[in-house]
Amino acid sequence: MHNLAGYIVLLPFIGFLINGIFGKKINSEKLSGIIGSGSVGISFVIAAAIFFEMLRLPVEERSHIVTIFNWITAGSFSINAAYQVDQLSILMTLIVTGVGFLIHVYSIGYMHGDKAFWRFFAYLNLFIFMMLNLILASNFLLMFLGWEGVGLCSYLLIGFWHDKKFDTGGYKPGEATTSDAAKKAFIVNRIGDFGFLIAMFLIFKLFGSLTFEDVFSRASAITTSGDKTMFWITLLLFLGATGKSAQIPLFVWLPDAMAGPTPVSALIHAATMVTAGVYMVARCSILYALAPATMEIVAITGITTALLAATMGLVQNDIKKVLAYSTISQLGYMFLALGVGSFAAGIFHVMTHAFFKALLFLGAGAVIHAMHGEQDIQKMGGLKSKMPTTYRTFFIAALAIAGIPPLSGFFSKDEILWKAFSQGSIVFWILGWITAGLTAFYMFRLFILTFEGKERGEKHPHEAPKVMTVPLIILAVLSVVGGFAGIPYALGGGNAIEQFLKPVFENADLQLSIAPHEGLSAEYLLMILSVVAAGFGIYFARKMYLQKPGLISKISEPFGRIHKVLWNKYYIDEVYEYSVVKPIKTGSEKILWKGFDVNIIDGMVNGSAKLISFTSSWLRKIQGGMVQSYALAFVVGIIVILGILILR
Amino acid sequence: MFTLGVIGVLTRRNAIIVFMCIELMLNSVNLTLVAFSAFHGNPTGQIFVFFVMAVAAAEAAVGLAIIIAMFRNKMTVNVDEINIMKW
Repeated sequence: MHNLAGYIVLLPFIGFLINGIFGKKINSEKLSGIIGSGSVGISFVIAAAIFFEMLRLPVEERSHIVTIFNWITAGSFSINAAYQVDQLSILMTLIVTGVGFLIHVYSIGYMHGDKAFWRFFAYLNLFIFMMLNLILASNFLLMFLGWEGVGLCSYLLIGFWHDKKFDTGGYKPGEATTSDAAKKAFIVNRIGDFGFLIAMFLIFKLFGSLTFEDVFSRASAITTSGDKTMFWITLLLFLGATGKSAQIPLFVWLPDAMAGPTPVSALIHAATMVTAGVYMVARCSILYALAPATMEIVAITGITTALLAATMGLVQNDIKKVLAYSTISQLGYMFLALGVGSFAAGIFHVMTHAFFKALLFLGAGAVIHAMHGEQDIQKMGGLKSKMPTTYRTFFIAALAIAGIPPLSGFFSKDEILWKAFSQGSIVFWILGWITAGLTAFYMFRLFILTFEGKERGEKHPHEAPKVMTVPLIILAVLSVVGGFAGIPYALGGGNAIEQFLKPVFENADLQLSIAPHEGLSAEYLLMILSVVAAGFGIYFARKMYLQKPGLISKISEPFGRIHKVLWNKYYIDEVYEYSVVKPIKTGSEKILWKGFDVNIIDGMVNGSAKLISFTSSWLRKIQGGMVQSYALAFVVGIIVILGILILR
Repeated sequence: MFTLGVIGVLTRRNAIIVFMCIELMLNSVNLTLVAFSAFHGNPTGQIFVFFVMAVAAAEAAVGLAIIIAMFRNKMTVNVDEINIMKW
């Protein structure tokens, strides 16, 4: 079965080609939608088949490399376009194609009536193709292809409505369009990609190969204790991950990325692409295990991002922005897990997060759809009775992300917090615990303002069509049961997902010498505490936004300044604007444009033109059309020749 | 006589006169050829002169035709005002 891995990747690409080239000619929403969703759906079926076959096989036979063709050969350097099918990649493939398929189906309803319907599906298919390349790649170069490809698709899809006005909340007030947001995402991502690229060069220099097999098997042998190379490789790879997965310092693009259509936000900026960084770090787990300093940086970055993003999410009024900050925050959790060496917990959270975050975004999309494009939650409210299905599924997702048992978010988040405590330090746990409380609070603030209370808008919302609600229901079911894949030992489960992924992370675990489970009572205590935190968050949200609306202003008054700082997202955009963007702009304008370009480049081009026109103004006089001047030239010439002949 | 012809060609502006100066140059050459031929007792030069005269006659016909054609176009035979000999 694993031989079919190539088709998983190929099918979305075919979908992209058909929709991209013939989409306009087909000009049928139904057909474009079927091609787009169908190709991803079949990929999912193949991936599922491979997955179930893998479950039957003994552990040693589960990892395969499927070579498609020889891609690049230059001297001793040779790269195959080959896909690695193992536990980690097949799990990610299932998430990407499964959630991707549901979102494709949902998009048929959401994008109904759009003038570039086919283009949307072509981009979505291309995205899935690139994402699968990233996940299934068996070497760094192919991974990089996917890495760049998803960045490109993200750019194309954020700016899908490229002439739509967009409130950046900072730069270019009043005149920014979604293409500005797209550019921001692309450029910030490129900074991270640059780190990835350099890391790739270093890997090639150190190992002489870019395939995962070679690099990972020789990593521990090649590294000596004083060697800084591994530190730099992992740090630069992590820089790439911060770009793609929106961590500090490169997270600024993700909130703006919400300018794209909502299914895009769900698919790319919540469920799949942003987890690429987590996947990459998990894939390179052995390299990270060899560089403890980087691991610490990863963990600290993760928890800081989680906390900061959660506080920013507290005050946002745009339904999608709240979700964007919560995504950043949850990604921070994943990196915390990776940083403390619990790769399986990180991937587990990737999976559950994909379910409930996609559900939240699609639910938000249904709300926006119903409210005719209104995104401000202050202008919503009372949607409970109008949109019962969306209400229920959204409620499940909010409970899941808040970490209420037995929904999926509880298991994965708790696993991370427990690992942060047992393998990291108590500080990580405290910060993570606070974040969990904040998460519950802002999610229920969002939920209550949107669905409960009185109706505040004048729009007349209606429930979304079936093609949109069915994916919501499926995702809701997954959000409920997804966590059962990883019931911890403490609760009598087998932590199936950790067992399943164990062979992939075996070497890293060995390197980090992680002890098996212990301290059950502590784990129980932590679990109870995190549920209490979530409960408090929900309670306060209810209190403040539902029962006593007057309370908000009373509380927020003394905290006016903090509120302002949070509202302005800690002024990070502004800091970047003045410290990075402005100097580069001024430097480019004053020195590179007006100095170098105008004087030297243009000077050379214009100079050569001037030289020619100068000489030609002289040469032109020779050919004046006057017969006599020609004759004069004859005579002079003859005299000169005769003179030479005679005088010689 | 040849030099006179050359100077005439270069300095005069009336196309007819320029043309006559060209004839002058040809005839000066003819004269030289005949003179040297008689001096050396070699008849080749005299025979050559016949050829030159034949060519000169043809050239005269073509040249006059050109001048007439130009006159019809430009209503002038002044060579200064004719500058179509350029690309």
